[in-house]
Amino acid sequence: MLEAILLTVITAATPLVIASLGELVTERSGVLNLGVEGMMIMGAVIAFAATQATGSPYLGVVAGIVAGAVFSLLFGFLTLTLVANQVATGLALTILGLGLSGQIGESFVGQPGIKLQPIAIPLLSDIPFVGSLLFRQDLIFYLSIALVVGIHWFLFRSRTGLKMRAIGDNHASAHALGINVIRTRYLAVMFGGACAGLAGAQLSLVYTPQWVENMTGGRGWIALALVVFASWRPIRVLAGGYLFGAVTIGQLHAQALGIGIPSQFLSALPYAATIVVLIIISHNRRTTLINTPASLGKPFVPER
Amino acid sequence: MKKLIIALAASAALMGGFASSAQAQDKTKVCFIYVGSKTDGGWTQAHDIGRQELQTHFGDKIETPFLESVPEGPDAERAIERMARSGCALIYTTSFGFMDATIKVAEKFPDVKFEHATGFKAAENVSTYNARFYEGRYIQGQIAAKMSKKGLAGYIASFPIPEVVMGINAFVLGAQSINPEFKLKVVWANTWFDPGKEADAAKALVDQGVDILTQHTDTTAPMQVAAERGIFAFGQASDMIAAGPKTQLTAIVDTWGAYYIKRTQALLDGNWKSEQIWDGLKDGILTMAPYTNMPDDVKAMAEETEAKIKSGELHPFTGPVKKQDGTEWLAQGEKSEDGVLLGMNFYVAGVDDKLPQ
Repeated sequence: MLEAILLTVITAATPLVIASLGELVTERSGVLNLGVEGMMIMGAVIAFAATQATGSPYLGVVAGIVAGAVFSLLFGFLTLTLVANQVATGLALTILGLGLSGQIGESFVGQPGIKLQPIAIPLLSDIPFVGSLLFRQDLIFYLSIALVVGIHWFLFRSRTGLKMRAIGDNHASAHALGINVIRTRYLAVMFGGACAGLAGAQLSLVYTPQWVENMTGGRGWIALALVVFASWRPIRVLAGGYLFGAVTIGQLHAQALGIGIPSQFLSALPYAATIVVLIIISHNRRTTLINTPASLGKPFVPER
Repeated sequence: MKKLIIALAASAALMGGFASSAQAQDKTKVCFIYVGSKTDGGWTQAHDIGRQELQTHFGDKIETPFLESVPEGPDAERAIERMARSGCALIYTTSFGFMDATIKVAEKFPDVKFEHATGFKAAENVSTYNARFYEGRYIQGQIAAKMSKKGLAGYIASFPIPEVVMGINAFVLGAQSINPEFKLKVVWANTWFDPGKEADAAKALVDQGVDILTQHTDTTAPMQVAAERGIFAFGQASDMIAAGPKTQLTAIVDTWGAYYIKRTQALLDGNWKSEQIWDGLKDGILTMAPYTNMPDDVKAMAEETEAKIKSGELHPFTGPVKKQDGTEWLAQGEKSEDGVLLGMNFYVAGVDDKLPQ
């Protein structure tokens, strides 16, 4: 029973963690992309389309990643090259993505999808309980864990990561030091898009192997909130994503057990829990300020 | 460059306007407002199939423009008004949440006829129409009681409105007519349409031991979960057999086409009247998907119940029925009035859940 619940939690948390990690990198470079939902749904529809066309969900995963990255380029071009307002452009990206994906996916509605199958890791998967929980998962779950570790290392242990954080904190100074602000931000935006695309692929290939319009159901927005929740730190994103997933699934079980708590209250619980943790985290204003990219959302025009 | 784009857009809009007004000269316009996309695989798709049947039936005589993904709320009023201004003779607003907007616009356009699905507010030029989905739910309950080994089914519900509560109660009464000990677990997903959440709810129910799933949400995600876990399930709004060829027992299929044709004919003949219509299985406004994946005797029982409901011999809400708190609701042989059903806010005995108020 516990194992079954935890497996459901993992499936629910994985797309949030992945999309959130991508946005974290984008924001660390000083760009606020509110288009996560749009990029995610594009990833979901393209991943599903590619899987149906080729019969291979792995090609679907690749297609989802590429779709998210390409779609985010549109955002990059508008906000970085044309210096359009990031908030407005991000919102537009979400609306465009939701509409466009519906158009692309029209013929896929009602088609049974192909599920990305789990890969059992030899030896490790034989450990009782933990094995079947963590080492008998699909590729996207393994990628999500690798991303947490990789991004943490990149941001806080690598030279390029340091440069990127410098851009996010003060793009004028970084520019004066000779760092290519625009190029780095383009890469960060595309990485965010690729992650959102991967999260979308998880939805249409693992979570519910099918395509329906608006199937992201607001998960892109939750991913955005998780970045703030995690105060821009990857390991906290992991914790936050799993907390949110656990409360979401937990409330469904509480309902099925019939313990008599109103379901509206239970449905609001994940969000309430997020707010509580947010208050606790932001209690110490200094640590919050240290982690918040100071140039977040500000336009950058190189002066010379 | 910007000016050029604006000029192009404006001229395109003008041309579009001319084109549609030129077409509209002698055809009657029957218009539709959808809450979702016309390919949502559920509720709205069922309405759009009805619209297509209507168009095919009357061919060149009518036009059937539609607006899809119209959010409930202030936007709906604008969308409906736009339709009314564009010369629609009859406008179908196909979601519960369009009710007040429909009434408001109808006051401004007394010559235009309106029909609002699943609502309860009518006017001189506003009809309401709905289907007795509970009749199908009763049949499903009977099948569930025969097919469940544990005598325990799971129900994924959307929102605690009378329509949904009525469905849950009909299902339980159907099941108890076969197995008086039958129990039902209910999970409220608090959404009509979110495959992820619906799948999570389905998994939670299966993990807690139900071996039959039924849903009052719109995607095939619960059907997929049931297929994966090797249990049976019922489809909702559309035939979902593609999502579970070995899983779906039957589905309640909304078939609005015949109704739309009947009412449009009345409009064309000039004898359209405001009515409050609540049709059932016998009128063909809902149908049962083929009874599959069950033994012949269960199938025969389901078909017999369906026939009895159609003939009026059987009303799913017939006493004796007790409420969840043990008080009597319907006495022996007493049939529920429609008004009580349409405002239903209580469970009957046997539902293992507390109704959110």
